[in-house]
Amino acid sequence: METTNIQYTAKDFKSDQYVRWCPGCGDHAVLNSLQKVLADLAIPPHQTAIISGIGCSSRLPYYISSYGFHTIHGRGAAVATGVKVANPSLAVWQITGDGDCLAIGGNHFIHSVRRNVDINVLLFNNQIYGLTKGQYSPTTKKGFVTKSSPFGTVERPFRPAELTFGARGTFFARFLDVDLKVAQSVMSAAAKHKGTSVIESLVNCIIFNNGAHGWLAEKENRPDRTIVLEHGKPMIFGKERNKGLVLEGMTLKVVTIGENGVTESDILIHDAHAHDSTIQLKLALMEGPEMPIAMGVIREVEDETYDAAVEAQIFDEKAKAKIKCFDDLVATCEQWEM
Amino acid sequence: MDKAIVNELDHVVVRFSGDSGDGMQLTGTLFSNLSAILGNEISTFPDFPSEIRAPQGTVGGVSGFQVHLGASKIFTPGDDADVMVVMNPAALKVNAKSVKRGGVLIFDTDSFEKSDFDKAGFKTENPFEELAISETVQLIPVPLSSLTQQSLDGLGFDNKTVLRSKNMFALGLVCWLFNRPIDKAVGFLEAKFKKKQDLLTANIKVLTDGYNYGSNLQLTLSTFQVDKSTNIEKGTYTSISGNKATAWGLIAAAEKAGLQLFIGSYPITPATDIMQELSLYKNLGVKVIQAEDEIAGITTSLGASFAGCLAATNTSGPGLALKSEAIGLAVMAELPIVVIDVMRGGPSTGLPTKTEQTDLLQALYGRNGESPVVVMAASSPADCFHFAYMASKIALEFMTPVILLTDAFIGNGTSLWKLPKLAQLPLINPNYTKKDAEKSHVTSRDENTKVRYWSVPGVEGLGHRNGGLEKDYNTGAISSDALNHAKMVATREEKVNNVANILPNVEVEGDSSADLLVIGWGGTHGHLMSAVTNMNAKGDKIALAHFNYINPLPKNTEELIAKYKKVVVCELNSGQFASFLRTKVPGVEFLQYNKVQGQPFTVTELEEYFGSLLKLTL
Repeated sequence: METTNIQYTAKDFKSDQYVRWCPGCGDHAVLNSLQKVLADLAIPPHQTAIISGIGCSSRLPYYISSYGFHTIHGRGAAVATGVKVANPSLAVWQITGDGDCLAIGGNHFIHSVRRNVDINVLLFNNQIYGLTKGQYSPTTKKGFVTKSSPFGTVERPFRPAELTFGARGTFFARFLDVDLKVAQSVMSAAAKHKGTSVIESLVNCIIFNNGAHGWLAEKENRPDRTIVLEHGKPMIFGKERNKGLVLEGMTLKVVTIGENGVTESDILIHDAHAHDSTIQLKLALMEGPEMPIAMGVIREVEDETYDAAVEAQIFDEKAKAKIKCFDDLVATCEQWEM
Repeated sequence: MDKAIVNELDHVVVRFSGDSGDGMQLTGTLFSNLSAILGNEISTFPDFPSEIRAPQGTVGGVSGFQVHLGASKIFTPGDDADVMVVMNPAALKVNAKSVKRGGVLIFDTDSFEKSDFDKAGFKTENPFEELAISETVQLIPVPLSSLTQQSLDGLGFDNKTVLRSKNMFALGLVCWLFNRPIDKAVGFLEAKFKKKQDLLTANIKVLTDGYNYGSNLQLTLSTFQVDKSTNIEKGTYTSISGNKATAWGLIAAAEKAGLQLFIGSYPITPATDIMQELSLYKNLGVKVIQAEDEIAGITTSLGASFAGCLAATNTSGPGLALKSEAIGLAVMAELPIVVIDVMRGGPSTGLPTKTEQTDLLQALYGRNGESPVVVMAASSPADCFHFAYMASKIALEFMTPVILLTDAFIGNGTSLWKLPKLAQLPLINPNYTKKDAEKSHVTSRDENTKVRYWSVPGVEGLGHRNGGLEKDYNTGAISSDALNHAKMVATREEKVNNVANILPNVEVEGDSSADLLVIGWGGTHGHLMSAVTNMNAKGDKIALAHFNYINPLPKNTEELIAKYKKVVVCELNSGQFASFLRTKVPGVEFLQYNKVQGQPFTVTELEEYFGSLLKLTL
């Protein structure tokens, strides 16, 4: 990907289209953060391709001034894979939602993660179908009442991190729509990661699932209910910055620094780069209220990307090939005069 | 060598048949290549079971390869065989009906034992009587297995290698029967077994002994002479299968257009060979994704098309159904993509290894909304090259999905292919956004052709947002305005109709002053043309109009059809092209001849039918 010395601003990435999301929708904040990140990355707008499927969040490409493709439901990951493999010099973002990515698009999602295509997957998880007006999604909490589950869902939800890890993901991060600082740092890290970067954005659907993440989003309680992980830093959180995570046996546990003889040196250090994903998965799956919900970059490991591997194989074969063009190919046929 | 009788024939059909592991495909391929080198016209068709390794000696495991050689133009792999080689009773059982009356049947007596009859499901120990062919064909018993063992005796080969070489004994014998010198075959074997010196030695030894067996023992059998073809266009030829020719057509088109070739594909019989062939050519820069499913096959390709590649996907009927929504997106986004459907028997999983033309209406209409696409069809193994090339050209120049229909019959079959040079192929000029364009939006189009301009990502100033939502005609912004939608629907249709401006007229073959016009399309050309040619030779007034372009139709279609008193549309479905023609060419009574058996037409049945129609006319 070509970067330049040109200083871009978020404005350079705003298109002339009116943003049609509902007032108060969490998507607005994510869009603004993304435009800011794209500007800071110094990749020119014309070197950026934004691909989406169908759903509220998938309207996002219309609002970014770059090359955009709003495709069909669930297939964004496959289209983005094609774009990246066709032209690896493009920075490719896939915009998707919990229905688009994890229901109809589940197969393409796990396979793009498995292949480790160098794309950034921004997954807007509001735990509901918004554009079709309020049906439960694969991430809706069990028992939740929606238009299509008037007596509560009886389905067990997916946890996107678990799917990503199960598909051998090399990057997983999470942020809350209202936390612009974490949002931007996470998206920036995702953009720089070589491979499929899965970013779960917890967004609020103000119409059909208002407050789904509310207990995390309240500014007052957020420091106690979430933990922002940073590679190489101790896992400390809380309003007083006195809570931390330790491993007791095979289980993560919250402790208070200064109580029961716990000191800062007892607290786990976050290793996002560890290839062994055991602890990273435990962190990603922490659930409240007993445990804080993990934010930030949870896993970020290097591995070969699919698009680079495709290029490398072609490069190697071209270098040693005697057949350089179609006419050479035809010449290799068993042939005879008639 | 004392050959009592030599049959001089214009054309002859030979079929090799045995167990999947008996090497019949190799034997058949070698024999057809040898014949082509000697100047015969050839057409071949492999016929293998869908089971990969059915139990040995059972009818489920029979694999065959048919070769049709001619001293004059031949169009098909032939109906029934003049010479049939069967390696076991199961092969006999499957093929007995396909030997001509008076034809030659060579069989391996070593494999005609009681246990072999049981495995093949014969009730008696005389399969020939049981099949009622003992009087109608010339039976030539040859102990192929033991002769092969004798041939390799003392040379240190293990028994498995010995028995696997018996196909070469059969080939040697057939080469003698047809006066084919075997030195050329030795050359082919050397190329094939380059890295397996011991197998090469064994095969050559057995092949030579098979040939000598024929000449020394003076089998009580007349030999065949098929002369060099004199009416073939002079040039350098090879033998090519339809699937391989399709792959090569895409490669040629990409190079001509100066574009990267990209294939997203998912394995499906009988189309997989196209993807496999393309995956060989990393050295030519071909990018192939074996996708997670049929949908990802086309959507990765559509992503690549958006990013500026010549993008294609290949599939068969069930896969085309899965790709429908993405083809609709390509219609709406006006992106170029070539979708190749190697048709097989349907519906559903149907008859995966058998041939049909039952996907035509799916190709034409199988999408939501008003979504016209270009639909075309190849008509022989070799011309799959030309039509894959033209499909690419049309897709790139008209910014539209193109569905190219081939079928299992021409996809797996081979025919002679005159080797092209890239410089001789038609130019391909994709409709790129003009250099001086100030900005791009997805609906800027050439107002004459209605083709939108292609702005490929990576170019400064041409950024745009494309997608499946309806767009404003002028600005490209999303729009649900009523009249704008109507205008966009009409524009997309007009664009596809404009493809007719570059299409050749459909030509009449045969007696152009005919009383009866036969209409066909796609892979049935060989059989229809053979029937028409044979009947013209007998003085029957019959002609053929064969279609390769279906949507849009060639411009002269209506005028041409109107000239004939009687018109019959022949196709391997229940009348799909006939129903399409009724909507496009009103006022004509289209008769129909349909066959939906998973099998090609036979020339014989066509001649009988056309004969009966002509009698009705008189």
